[in-house]
Amino acid sequence: MKKIVLLIALTLAVTACKKDDNGGNVINEVTVDLIFSHDWDGSAITNADFDQIQYTNAHGEELSISKLVYLISDVTFTNTAGDKFDAGDFNLINVRNNSNLTFTPGIEIPEGDYTVTFTFGFDDEDNIDQAYPELNSADGGWNVPAPLGGGYHYMRLEGKYIDSNSDEVGYQYHTIRANDMSTNPVTLQDTSFEVNLGQVTIGSNTTIEVKMNVAEWFKNPNLWDLNVLFSTLMPNFDAQIMMSENGMTVFSRGAVTQQ
Amino acid sequence: MILVFVAGLCYSCVTDNDDNGYVATPFTLEVPQVFAERILPPVIPEDNPLTVEGIALGKKLFFDPSLSADGTQACADCHRPENAFSDARQFSIGIDGSVGTRNSMPLFNMAWNYNEEFFWDGRAQSLEEQIFEPVTNPIEMKNTWPNVENTLRASDTYPALFEQAFGTTTIDSVRVSRAIAQFLRTLVSANSKFDRFLLGQEELTPSEENGLAVFLDESRGDCFHCHGLPANPLWTDNIFHNNGLDETFSDRGRGGFTGDPREFGWFKSGSLRNLAYTAPYMHDGRFTTLDEVIDHYSEGLVFSETIDPLMKKVAEGGVQLSDQDKADLKAFLLSLSDPSFINNPNFQQ
Repeated sequence: MKKIVLLIALTLAVTACKKDDNGGNVINEVTVDLIFSHDWDGSAITNADFDQIQYTNAHGEELSISKLVYLISDVTFTNTAGDKFDAGDFNLINVRNNSNLTFTPGIEIPEGDYTVTFTFGFDDEDNIDQAYPELNSADGGWNVPAPLGGGYHYMRLEGKYIDSNSDEVGYQYHTIRANDMSTNPVTLQDTSFEVNLGQVTIGSNTTIEVKMNVAEWFKNPNLWDLNVLFSTLMPNFDAQIMMSENGMTVFSRGAVTQQ
Repeated sequence: MILVFVAGLCYSCVTDNDDNGYVATPFTLEVPQVFAERILPPVIPEDNPLTVEGIALGKKLFFDPSLSADGTQACADCHRPENAFSDARQFSIGIDGSVGTRNSMPLFNMAWNYNEEFFWDGRAQSLEEQIFEPVTNPIEMKNTWPNVENTLRASDTYPALFEQAFGTTTIDSVRVSRAIAQFLRTLVSANSKFDRFLLGQEELTPSEENGLAVFLDESRGDCFHCHGLPANPLWTDNIFHNNGLDETFSDRGRGGFTGDPREFGWFKSGSLRNLAYTAPYMHDGRFTTLDEVIDHYSEGLVFSETIDPLMKKVAEGGVQLSDQDKADLKAFLLSLSDPSFINNPNFQQ
């Protein structure tokens, strides 16, 4: 135990040394916490809301959410001089299990004003087939099968909706890199996208809330008809493009706290 | 440099697997290449590191009927090596003839169960915890831990074996569970034909290749969302699902443990490794052949409120595979079986 305490003390000591001297003014280098929250047009989504047919999408289908797991990567802090700070890491968020709802990118940056962005999913540079053991091990394998171009899922949103026959039917709104298997080799199109959270003042203990409005996945600009597009969306090139387009309005910045 | 040195010292601390400072001989679990290249390392708890002596003791206990109340039943009687440590019977029979309600789960690659939720319903939060149950279960070994401890203390051999494993002749239930858990973590299966294919050592037949394509195809089998894929060769997500077996539930599965009605009828996805040896299938062993299992997902699904959204075309009974796709899927699934595992002399009594 003493050894563990010593290890922690040494780690803290090393971390504390990471300060820049800027003309005599010591500039603290700090980490930033992102907190991910989820709602349906303003109504918070928590574990208790899963598996309840209580939402109505813009097209009019009643639906539930059974699973909401998604990947974000490359959280980037760009200062007013245009310098970019990016740990190049990723975070897999499981809303139902409340796992990884808080993410601290593995980079320390000087206090100041930054434009904060991240990538929904992986861009092509990072979407390397089987490259990440943590993701290969997650959720039975967060991967996309090789015949669909490989790489990784961006999101698995699943649940049930009431179809035109008033039956409960499962839907699988899975987002991946768009792929067209009718060509040889498979045609691939990067459908990840950048989310811009705007400018944030980063202090010694800054927390940024990232909000996902799940209803937006079904709304804008593509009105989503679950009766048509409810399943087998992974090999559907056009559906992947539309999901990516709808995703552009899903995220927004929530509260920024300085404690 | 100091940091590295101190970290090294701390790592060495974890080989002390009891609280008396005794250190048995550390054992390094060999991680198969197909796992090492793809998935995270195995989960070995810091308070129960693998040791040569601990594993040997755990193996002896696993095969020893003296853990049961009347000395007639060992763990291995319902977890038989030739069945990939499952039971060929639909339900296992306890020492007094009581019949269980679930099929005995196979035992392999459990150190890679990252969620550490064991049993069909995940009610045990560690392998060590899981071991506590069958010993005292009234329809299984029907013993009490004080009786187990007294039996082992009275033996000619166990006190010395516990001393070698844990540095003490004191025998208690915690050390029994730790020793058996150590043995179970060594039950590694990663030498199937498909593993060798992944390593570039063997080719698949055209039928097996098409079976893999069916497995990975969202419009046909779509098996991979619950059972993994070549990037995750555990062939299970170790997560709980309602896979459309019943309209109502005589066994509530995970929901029976959590009390959450949304989880009624959920059971853990079984690994698809070693299916050649683990019949019958499903949590209640209702299917005696692999063909019946494939038919279930193809035509036999039934709706219930908690059915997983991944179960497709439920109104039609399932994904409607062709006979050829069914045969090929079966061929692929059987390529995941590992004869060297069930014949491994280290895992035999």
